[in-house]
Amino acid sequence: MAIFLNETSKVIVQGMTGAEGTKHTKRMLASGTNIVGGVNPRKAGEKVDFDGTVLPVFGTVKEAMEATGANVTVIFVPPAFSKAAVLEAIDAEIELAVVITEGIPVHDTAYFWAHAVATGNKTRIIGPNCPGIISPGKSNAGIIPANIAGAGKIGLVSKSGTLTYQMMYELRDFGFSTAIGIGGDPIIGTTHIDALEAFQADEETVAIVMIGEIGGDAEERAAAYIKENVTKPVVGYVAGFTAPEGKTMGHAGAIVSGSAGTAQAKKEALEAAGVKVGKTPSETAALMREIMSTI
Amino acid sequence: MDLYEYQAKDLFAAHGVPVLPGDVATNPADAKAIAAKFGQPVVVKAQVKTGGRGKAGGVKLASTAEETEEKATAILGLDIKGHIVHRVLVTPASDIAEEYYFSFLLDRANRTFLAMASVEGGMDIEEVAATKPEALAKIHIDAIQGVDAAKAKEIADAANFPAEVKDQVVDVIVKLWETFVAEDATLVEVNPLVRDPQGKIVALDGKVTLDENADFRHPAHAELVDKQAENPLEAKAKEKGLNYVKLDGEVGIIGNGAGLVMSTLDVVAYAGEQYGVKPANFLDIGGGASAEVMANGLDVILHDEAVRSVFVNVFGGITACDAVANGIVAALEILGDEATKPLVVRLDGNNVEEGRRILAEANHPLVTVVDTMDNAAAKAAELAAAGV
Repeated sequence: MAIFLNETSKVIVQGMTGAEGTKHTKRMLASGTNIVGGVNPRKAGEKVDFDGTVLPVFGTVKEAMEATGANVTVIFVPPAFSKAAVLEAIDAEIELAVVITEGIPVHDTAYFWAHAVATGNKTRIIGPNCPGIISPGKSNAGIIPANIAGAGKIGLVSKSGTLTYQMMYELRDFGFSTAIGIGGDPIIGTTHIDALEAFQADEETVAIVMIGEIGGDAEERAAAYIKENVTKPVVGYVAGFTAPEGKTMGHAGAIVSGSAGTAQAKKEALEAAGVKVGKTPSETAALMREIMSTI
Repeated sequence: MDLYEYQAKDLFAAHGVPVLPGDVATNPADAKAIAAKFGQPVVVKAQVKTGGRGKAGGVKLASTAEETEEKATAILGLDIKGHIVHRVLVTPASDIAEEYYFSFLLDRANRTFLAMASVEGGMDIEEVAATKPEALAKIHIDAIQGVDAAKAKEIADAANFPAEVKDQVVDVIVKLWETFVAEDATLVEVNPLVRDPQGKIVALDGKVTLDENADFRHPAHAELVDKQAENPLEAKAKEKGLNYVKLDGEVGIIGNGAGLVMSTLDVVAYAGEQYGVKPANFLDIGGGASAEVMANGLDVILHDEAVRSVFVNVFGGITACDAVANGIVAALEILGDEATKPLVVRLDGNNVEEGRRILAEANHPLVTVVDTMDNAAAKAAELAAAGV
């Protein structure tokens, strides 16, 4: 089954003809994603050859959807234009918009999120500032390398891109139903809780790895959700135990302010919800191995 | 980016929020001159990007120009929670009838903005929130609809602002929202917002945090950066476009991806416990780590005098490990004799065998390749301890 993205997904790329868009469209195609076109109003009507796969460029998301039946868009447009690109995707009512772009002003994200809510949440937004989502062997929407791990029964949700890769690598012999990077910005679309809910409902997923980091209280809220709603085993990892207060650690959302948002508080909340929390990525992977050996 | 009080108030004034006049001095003589210009009494306020200035002796009243000079002498150079005072704001003293609190900020949990207001201002608002939560009104703001006069009135009503100042407060709230949006702020805080004995509302203090992601549409914000207060290594890294934070330790860290680097700091801190060493920095060279970026990163870290060893921790996802390995080799060549500290390298992921082969072939005397993140952290900590 996988969550949010599967073998029936038809994917378009907003910003397909830019440097990042071109590079990753090639990679997504190579990993088997059914990409059906791209969007760039200045290049509408053109065709682009990606190592033998010729894809049409449309002027708008709506046109691309009408012509191809696309239900997923991956957004690579630069920060200054991202708000307009996401609003366009929401207005076209595409099912899933994966916003890879890093560095979007938070007022812009707050605006497009408010628009998504006001129009009935018809579009699921993943990101921004995220690596995207992969359901190995089925589809890959974003920049997660497809060769790290294959299909399997573990669900993975993470704020961080490279920690997603690291964890997939550690558990590559088991494989993943879906791995999703939700992004490190202060405001994001899909949350840990959304992913946990979907993994709990997904028949293919038997166990879940949840990776968090300092900043905000998303992990604490996820812990409360797990306690009430998740019966599948969950293993957790939180990055940033040694981060000092008041310093932003790379991700715009990763900052400890006062007593709020510390890794220790997140770990304790998760453990209180019955989640086993690893001290390092390897230890976390080892905890998951134990669980998988009993399933 | 956090602003100083005087910078925040400049932004307030530009958006029509009432503030008192004032000027900034970097030495006592200038402070005296400012006091002479405005007339006395004045308040001399330390400009530091941290709270608790008053308790630390960073805010003082002066009733003459001479006294202003004395107070400025006492305050300049103070260490307030690790922040050295380089500037004071000299501003006419205001008589205060009442103190209020107001802020706009990000509400991450609700993925929108929040207004917080209280008629019990002037003190630590976190204390108000903890001890008298009913005295702190919290109102969600729709990011599209924003704050107009009607919304501002809803906030002012919720916080029970007195009827005689409500119209003024509503006006100030609308202008603070304009500041929040127009400047791409993630925090705008006024504590205290005061009513003076004549019934006028004034923002007596100001705290503003700007979203650096929005710098592209605010060229003027570049002038607000305090280059003098920046750590020189952080300034150098910033110039080279590196995501670097100086920390208080001995093991230099380079990694790719914010999450992995944070995780690396933790693993090194655990490994360093037995040796008494800690991570010296956060440095994320990003997903596409080229030789040039690696060289720039090593250049910054190797010039940190506190660093005794360096841990390069890369997971080749989009970046291939052979490119990273070539980057390390090229960086060491570029740095030549300036590279004097041992490097522990852990590579995994895309093209890892080729990456390790390149490092083995280069056989650089400073480089040790270790297979796993945990073992590499242990080795880097051990080398740092040996180098102390």
